[in-house]
Amino acid sequence: MRLTDAEKAMLDGKEGPAQAKAMDLLVRYGEALGAERLVETNNVAGAFNASTPSVRELVKKGFDAVFSELNLDSPEVVQIPRMRANTCQLITGIDNDLWQTQGIAQELVEQQKRAEAHFGALGINMFATCTPYQVGNVPVKGEHCAWMESSAVVYCNSVLGARTNTEGKESTGAAALTGRIPYWGYHIPENRRGTHLVEVDVEVDDIMDWGLLGYWLGEIVQEDIPVLTGKLKRPTLIKLKHFGAAAASSGGVEMYHVPGVTPEARDVEEAFGGRKIVDKLRYGPAERKQAYDNLNCASDRNVDFVMLGCPHNAIEQVWRVASLLEGKKLHPNVQLWVHTPRALREVAQRNGYVKMITDAGGVVMSDTCPAISRYAPKGTRVIATDSAKQAHYLPAILGLPVWFGTVQECVEAALTGQWNGRLQ
Amino acid sequence: MSIAETRPNDTIVLHGRKVVGGVAEGEALVTHDTISGWGGINEREGTVIERRHELRGVSFKDKILVFPGAKGSSGWSAYFHMTRLNKVNPKAMIFVTMTTKIALGAVVTRVPAITELDQDPLSVIETGDWVKVDADRGIVEITKKAKGV
Repeated sequence: MRLTDAEKAMLDGKEGPAQAKAMDLLVRYGEALGAERLVETNNVAGAFNASTPSVRELVKKGFDAVFSELNLDSPEVVQIPRMRANTCQLITGIDNDLWQTQGIAQELVEQQKRAEAHFGALGINMFATCTPYQVGNVPVKGEHCAWMESSAVVYCNSVLGARTNTEGKESTGAAALTGRIPYWGYHIPENRRGTHLVEVDVEVDDIMDWGLLGYWLGEIVQEDIPVLTGKLKRPTLIKLKHFGAAAASSGGVEMYHVPGVTPEARDVEEAFGGRKIVDKLRYGPAERKQAYDNLNCASDRNVDFVMLGCPHNAIEQVWRVASLLEGKKLHPNVQLWVHTPRALREVAQRNGYVKMITDAGGVVMSDTCPAISRYAPKGTRVIATDSAKQAHYLPAILGLPVWFGTVQECVEAALTGQWNGRLQ
Repeated sequence: MSIAETRPNDTIVLHGRKVVGGVAEGEALVTHDTISGWGGINEREGTVIERRHELRGVSFKDKILVFPGAKGSSGWSAYFHMTRLNKVNPKAMIFVTMTTKIALGAVVTRVPAITELDQDPLSVIETGDWVKVDADRGIVEITKKAKGV
């Protein structure tokens, strides 16, 4: 890999030992990829918190040890200075206020709060959400980023037209300290063009249908770049957030084009940009049903936990749940958690949405989700969710069966304790 | 079998590109499914946990893991990183499709890793074969397991 003089200086330790470790990792990583060089970035979204039991031993050695090992792949502990690039923290394992509802030990909460205070003072902005683009980190078209969180990455590339690969905990740590990331993959314009032409043959409009389409498509195209055409109603942030998250769960989709909607595809021709079409796919009623059946693994219709808000809900989604619940009470056997970024929860609180949800017996949670925290309410046997991503991951992570459906069906399950969802 | 050399003792040799250097040998564990790190493996036991995965419940600890590549969450590298800290990591990785997840994951797992082989490793290698990975030289040597036992 070719390094600039400034990068060589960092590698040689002229800016300090942490930058040297960071540059060493970027060189090893870049060479593994086959990258020819690094690119400058000033927009990093990563995972720097110490909120899980598995980091407990490292925390005893101090937060420099945590960052050195987990964010720089350096067993040698180096002192971590302020971040060089603008950096934010993605979702974490603990809601700082509602940790008792989650069932998390106070010792871990204190550990996370100490970690946040430490890394916050080094310039890591504690957005604590999987959707930084909902709370102020909205990169511009063409901006080189180093983001983790597969649902945010696919949104960043596809909807915003900014450029990032799916980075990891270690590469974002190195990028935050050096302002560099390998110039590979989605940083390179030619690699951003479509590979698969998808003809959507059933109407896709509501959030659930965008999730089903994404879930079906991700499994087929894996990490390729689908171009969506056909019976698509013009989507919104919420629908594309849901679609991308699903496609990045069943597969590894990091970029897609919706001609006429997303910024690098005014039409189908521009979406492919002369690249050969690898395959043409059709999404019809049978494919839709297959995705629905794959996401619904439960058989017991008695639901005791309803989870909404993955990726974290937009304020409109919180408002929708609040409206559906207003003046009603949850079934006594059911717990309802609604997840939204901390900053949007402030708005929901101010608007009275939080009160509407809590008056009904629900909880408005931030900072985390059941898949990340690995916590559901104690005694949960059957889960219902409106998120294809949670429906994909929770059976593996928590070992529990999941129903997947619309937000209305989920709220109804929360009110009745019964799952009555079905594919319309 | 046009490109691979077949040695007298039924050893098949494939050539590829080093991802992470080093040499390791062991029993192959082959899957045709891509693997998720976060949400797809248990990092304390070194097992695959994804519900519809063909290796669900199977441990990759000390195996030569042969797979198409990585999918899913960006926690891929962090979770394989933790398999190393928990000493349940695979001994080496052989994969087909390069992504940032697998590249970084292999780097931080700190095991020999190789890709771009001259034949499809998922067709040539079967679970139970004895595999030697010399990533520095870009060579994979496969000794087929005994048949009909």
